[in-house]
Amino acid sequence: MSERYETHAYDVLVIGAGGAGLRAAIEASARGARTALVCKSLLGKAHTVMAEGGIAAALANVDSQDSWQTHFRDTMRGGGMLNHWRMAQLHAQEAPDRVRELERWGAVFDRTKDGRILQRPFGGHTWRRLAHVGDRTGLEMIRTLQDRGVHQGIDVHMECTVTHLLKDGDRIAGAFGYWRESGRFVVFRCKAAVLATGGIGKAWSVTSNSWEYTGDGHALAHRAGAELIDMEFVQFHPTGMVWPPGVRGILVTEAVRAEGGILRNAKGERFMWRYLPEEKRAEFAKSEAEAKEWLADHVAGRSPDFKKRPPELSTRDNVSRAIYLEVKEGRGSPHGGVFLDVSYLPAEHVVKKLPSMYHQFRDLADVDITKEAMEVGPTCHYAMGGVRVDPDTGESGVPGLFAAGEVAGGMHGANRLGGNSLSDLLVFGCRAGAGAAARAAKSTAPSMDDGQVEAAARELLRPFENEGEDPYAVHRDLQETMQARVGIFRTEADLEAAIGALEGLRARAARVKVAGSRLFNPGWHLAFDLRNMIDVSEMVARAALERRESRGAHSRLDHPKADPAHGKVNVCVRRRGAGMEVGRTALPEMPAELKALFEEKK
Amino acid sequence: MTAGEALFRVFRGDRDGGALTDYRVPVAPGMVVLDAVHWIQGHGAPDLAVRWNCKAAKCGSCSAEVNGKPRLMCKTRLDALPLDRPVEVRPMKSFPVVKDLVTDVSWNFEAAKRIPPFTPRAGAEWRYGQADADRAQEFRKCIECFLCQNVCHVIREHDRKDAFIGPAMFVRAAAFDMHPLDGLSRTAFLREKGGIGFCNITKCCTEVCPESIRITDNAIIPLKERVVDDFYDPLRWLWRKVAGKG
Repeated sequence: MSERYETHAYDVLVIGAGGAGLRAAIEASARGARTALVCKSLLGKAHTVMAEGGIAAALANVDSQDSWQTHFRDTMRGGGMLNHWRMAQLHAQEAPDRVRELERWGAVFDRTKDGRILQRPFGGHTWRRLAHVGDRTGLEMIRTLQDRGVHQGIDVHMECTVTHLLKDGDRIAGAFGYWRESGRFVVFRCKAAVLATGGIGKAWSVTSNSWEYTGDGHALAHRAGAELIDMEFVQFHPTGMVWPPGVRGILVTEAVRAEGGILRNAKGERFMWRYLPEEKRAEFAKSEAEAKEWLADHVAGRSPDFKKRPPELSTRDNVSRAIYLEVKEGRGSPHGGVFLDVSYLPAEHVVKKLPSMYHQFRDLADVDITKEAMEVGPTCHYAMGGVRVDPDTGESGVPGLFAAGEVAGGMHGANRLGGNSLSDLLVFGCRAGAGAAARAAKSTAPSMDDGQVEAAARELLRPFENEGEDPYAVHRDLQETMQARVGIFRTEADLEAAIGALEGLRARAARVKVAGSRLFNPGWHLAFDLRNMIDVSEMVARAALERRESRGAHSRLDHPKADPAHGKVNVCVRRRGAGMEVGRTALPEMPAELKALFEEKK
Repeated sequence: MTAGEALFRVFRGDRDGGALTDYRVPVAPGMVVLDAVHWIQGHGAPDLAVRWNCKAAKCGSCSAEVNGKPRLMCKTRLDALPLDRPVEVRPMKSFPVVKDLVTDVSWNFEAAKRIPPFTPRAGAEWRYGQADADRAQEFRKCIECFLCQNVCHVIREHDRKDAFIGPAMFVRAAAFDMHPLDGLSRTAFLREKGGIGFCNITKCCTEVCPESIRITDNAIIPLKERVVDDFYDPLRWLWRKVAGKG
């Protein structure tokens, strides 16, 4: 290769510096591994910073009845029982310790009257369970981890994009990428790599996700030969902003509903009553009066009766479908959403508990949420699917390749409960960091042939020589395709059409032309992001086609019911030659003592 | 109801210099400056460099100078700007330009590393009330947009990055120092390495903070008082000499 590139060598390389990446790096470093953290943006700007509502953990600070068993059960039921039981178990058991640890590292959570960490209710959680800081919990988490990591001496390489994983035979040998600032190439050699790259939402046009969420880790793992599962399950958060156009899709935290927000359609109907699944009705208020009673108890800091929870606290998959249908059937708000109202609550309560929402709507939409209702609608938010990992260590099927957080699959099954993401990042970030450090400790330095590096470099530079179109045009068409064909409700015809369209988009993406130099060039970056997004989009569409039933976030109009046979399998995606292969694998068998938790409940 | 077009005059260039370039952008309701920059990228200037992430004033990435005023571009509405003249968008002035609207802010991260971290008191009981939390939480709202660093005259006019860590880092130090269970004194650091004495409380930092943190009143002045107490109070000065802590 004509161009010289810099090389770094580490024991553990963590790719992505959100909650999972930071927690993994802290753990790997604490266990003695020479650790580097690589991120596409500046440190502290990762998507975790936008998580608002809280961290789910059965601390039982406000509802003493809570326990890991209940959290486990809520998580499994919320996930349509497709979650890997072991991940859900570890998550429920370890989340409280991870939250307390964060507090000891300096996080300042909102407090109970007796000075402990306050917890708020959230959809699908039986008890009030979310440790939080107003509605900026993610910022608190990122900043605490950032300070911890920086002072622990982890090498942080900011604004560096990893485009290829490098291998030594079957095992991971490192990663190739480039510095955004200079456009120059860099190679990281490592004994173990942790993918903590987050999600895939930028393949849809209405999304709460930032520019970084282009499915890099999903695509890198796939190309490296790892198996991905549950890719058909994409969470559309029920409440994104719908107006003005520039902020369409931006998240409106579930904490709004947890703090009393009521959903109404254009006719003023509180429609969520109509959409509660029959088998879950007993867990919600039967009337406005009961819901009001629950809220009054919650606001006053008393322990409310969980069977009087407002219907707005149904799980996200359900609330999103409800809003979508209300709008489709002509009962939507002026800008194509529904109304979310907290204006009947005391203004000081709203401003204290939902400060960012208050400012977001005031500054960006000219709406004072203490006086008038918000307009909201579903927005692409979270990928439940991801790299299949060993629950205890986070290692994928590729030796030395680990995954944690949103890029990993299995923890959330068919639908993630709100608040379970931040706890997931901490629990499995920590475990993957430990797993990677252990793997590195028993590995020798991998060897790496220059051929892989040279091929990666050639591929990266190709867009400068191409004569095709602008990458932004291809991205817009990709987003429209996924939004229209692979959204909340799916059909075989739509999914087939999407797969066909993706083929055309893939060909166009391979020919995109990039203007300008290699210095901090967003167009060049997008040219490569496109390939990741298209790969991931195809995984989602193919997996969605394979699952001929409706479960969790995956709703098939042509197969509207849950099917018991599909409930026993994960859909998995593997690489086969240059293409992808979709298959099914049996769910791991849950041990009897955990199964008993579900029988008790009945 | 498209209200027509706006003329944007955006800095294009790198370390070696550059110039303002004109772009005509269609105006949509509720549009912000960052929307316009994205529109320009997507329609003919794909290599226009800009940092952004959340687009909702939570991440602090898209700091720039709009019509000469340091702002988050995601929060700057076009309907609050005079569109009868060009909207000028330049990178933050106090940091070296990397390219276009992107500046080299690495100095801030280096400064952050030097601040003595949160260190809980030995045997601390992990209980404290909301009123105590409130005090630290104000500083923990900081989204690290560095607009306060950008406007602080010690940095902007005098470029004393060598001896001064700037308002954003005082906010960070205050977040640790005013944590109800912190047990470390940062006064020596603030005085000797942080250069807190350079600040003459002109409050420029407070004015530009998009999170409305009262930087001067609630972070810098109390920290200055702690420094004064520790270093200029004769009894404490004597105690330090006797105890060998200074």
